[in-house]
Amino acid sequence: MPMRTENMKTETRTMPSLRLSHRTILRQRLAASLGNGFLLAVTSLSMLAVFFIFFFIARDAMPFFRLQGMREFFTSTHWYPSAGEAEFGALAMFVGSGLVTLGATLVAVPLGIAAAVCLSDVIPFSLRQFVKPVIEMLAAIPSVAYGFFALVVFAPLLQQQGGHLLAVASWILGLPMAVLGIVVLSDVATDRLRDQFRLMIRVILMVLFGGVALAGLTWIGHTLNALKIASGTNALNVSIILGIMALPTVVSVSEDALQAVGRELREGSYALGATRAETVVKTVLPAAAGGILAAIILGIMRAIGETMVVWMASGNAARIPSPWYNMLDPVRTLTATIAGDMGEADHVTGSARYHVLFAMALCLLVFSFVCNFISEGIVRRARKKAGG
Amino acid sequence: MKRFIAGTLAAVVMGGGLVLAKDVNKIVVDGSTTVGPITKAFAEYYMGKRPEVNITVSESGSGNGAKSLINAACDVATMSRPMKNSEMKAAQDAGVLPIEHIVAMDGIAMVVHPGNPIEDLTIGQIRSIYTGAIRNWKDLGGPDRPIVIISRDTNSGTYECFETLVMNKQKMTDKTEYVGSNGAIRQRVMSTQGAIGYVGLAFREGVKALKVNGMEATPETVLAKTYPIARPLYMYTNGRPAQDSPLYNFVNLYDTPEGKKIVEDTGFVPLK
Repeated sequence: MPMRTENMKTETRTMPSLRLSHRTILRQRLAASLGNGFLLAVTSLSMLAVFFIFFFIARDAMPFFRLQGMREFFTSTHWYPSAGEAEFGALAMFVGSGLVTLGATLVAVPLGIAAAVCLSDVIPFSLRQFVKPVIEMLAAIPSVAYGFFALVVFAPLLQQQGGHLLAVASWILGLPMAVLGIVVLSDVATDRLRDQFRLMIRVILMVLFGGVALAGLTWIGHTLNALKIASGTNALNVSIILGIMALPTVVSVSEDALQAVGRELREGSYALGATRAETVVKTVLPAAAGGILAAIILGIMRAIGETMVVWMASGNAARIPSPWYNMLDPVRTLTATIAGDMGEADHVTGSARYHVLFAMALCLLVFSFVCNFISEGIVRRARKKAGG
Repeated sequence: MKRFIAGTLAAVVMGGGLVLAKDVNKIVVDGSTTVGPITKAFAEYYMGKRPEVNITVSESGSGNGAKSLINAACDVATMSRPMKNSEMKAAQDAGVLPIEHIVAMDGIAMVVHPGNPIEDLTIGQIRSIYTGAIRNWKDLGGPDRPIVIISRDTNSGTYECFETLVMNKQKMTDKTEYVGSNGAIRQRVMSTQGAIGYVGLAFREGVKALKVNGMEATPETVLAKTYPIARPLYMYTNGRPAQDSPLYNFVNLYDTPEGKKIVEDTGFVPLK
């Protein structure tokens, strides 16, 4: 009697002489199809959840566009949903969301990638085993705790010591970059010269560039030092906090990507005489570029979707900062508006006010879907490249 | 199939009926964060006296309180503003008859940083600050410092009260910063030198309360209605509660000596 279980091949190989009764086979098949069915149901349930979320948000968003049209929503900055003649201009919120996300990305991406490189290629493995979980612990802190810190500690600090803090930060960030830039620049500039002049000219250039950089940094530091921050709950505050919140995602995912590059590539690079810095910059990072890009997109999605911190500490003023990149002005994001306005906005008190929040949610949802697809695509292409 | 649906419907209706025939010893309160301290103190006091009664208090804002009452999700809606006509109408449509009980008076105090030398503002000046016409404290005789305008979120009863009593249908400037609670306003004003905000009388500690139109924000001025930014606080029930039921005793607690003491202790003004 031939066996017709699904994993016939392995069974015939491992147990060639075993014969099962009809009943056992039936039972096995039943169990298998039951198990498969259950797993299929669970999987399709989560698929259905995604679909239903999209469907219901879109269903409640459509009446808004039907009532008010698209134009005001996307182009006006007048947000007075509770006024007698309600206005629903959400442009300031789009800019606010964009600005804090940009700020958070500027904080999280350089820090995160640097930390990931450090974890995967610089520090010893035993230390990495200890450090990585600590960084990932940042993700476990509830966002309301971050918000509380931003509101109670960071905002007053920015108001009292904001100028000094910014000046110190500009020095801390600017000095290493300036030193690196000066060394590379003077190296490149003197590359073609004859040996006898090279050292001398290089030193002269270094001093020259160094002087310019120092003057620049001093001027920037001085300007920042004189700055008075009227309100500490602003885009800068939330950007930094959101950056820290997005950090574990960026670090974790890009570190995985760097690990996945593998030993062979690194050793090949070393074998060709490359230093560790050259190996990291010219071999490992390009090979892991896809994964790192995916990490960045995940970090961006983490920042744009965050609600509690921005609701507590961004100031929630519905206006575009002037000029638009002024991080010291309060901003209002889409997520904070949805959270803050949900309570009063019901069918009871005026339907446009209720549906406009769903219109915002739909925009956020579409944005994160697009981001998700892009990062999926990037990861898939990177994998294909690595495989082929 | 049809029979199956009918059966399910019947089961749901019967289940609903069971839920509706509820325990009189269980009182669910939902609504204003401003009325919250009173409600919680009342609940604590009442449950201490009558251990068989179980009172749960949620604070999700006046609008949500009204919504809960209309949806029969609570027995008492606490509100820091009277019910709007639209809400009354929605209640009627849902077969709910909201009955108003005024439990206390509340003044909205204008608060600034303790280091701010300004003492007194008129309603007109406050309105000009909030519309963005006055942007610097020096225009009001204070130091040269930009005004940081802080408001409650548009979801709160305090905001609606301020809008009605002060703003006179004018729109707040888009520079206004919105925060989610009385405590958060106090926190922001306490730590921001140029800030101005408005809070319930119970939240004046740690910040400087201004005189408005020359009147200090005190219990006496609020009760005498000489302080201009004052309002009653409400509890709404569905229909008049039966005499001497726990619900009746709870919503009428404000009229007893103990209740008045509680109202006073929580920083509000008991009715005379």
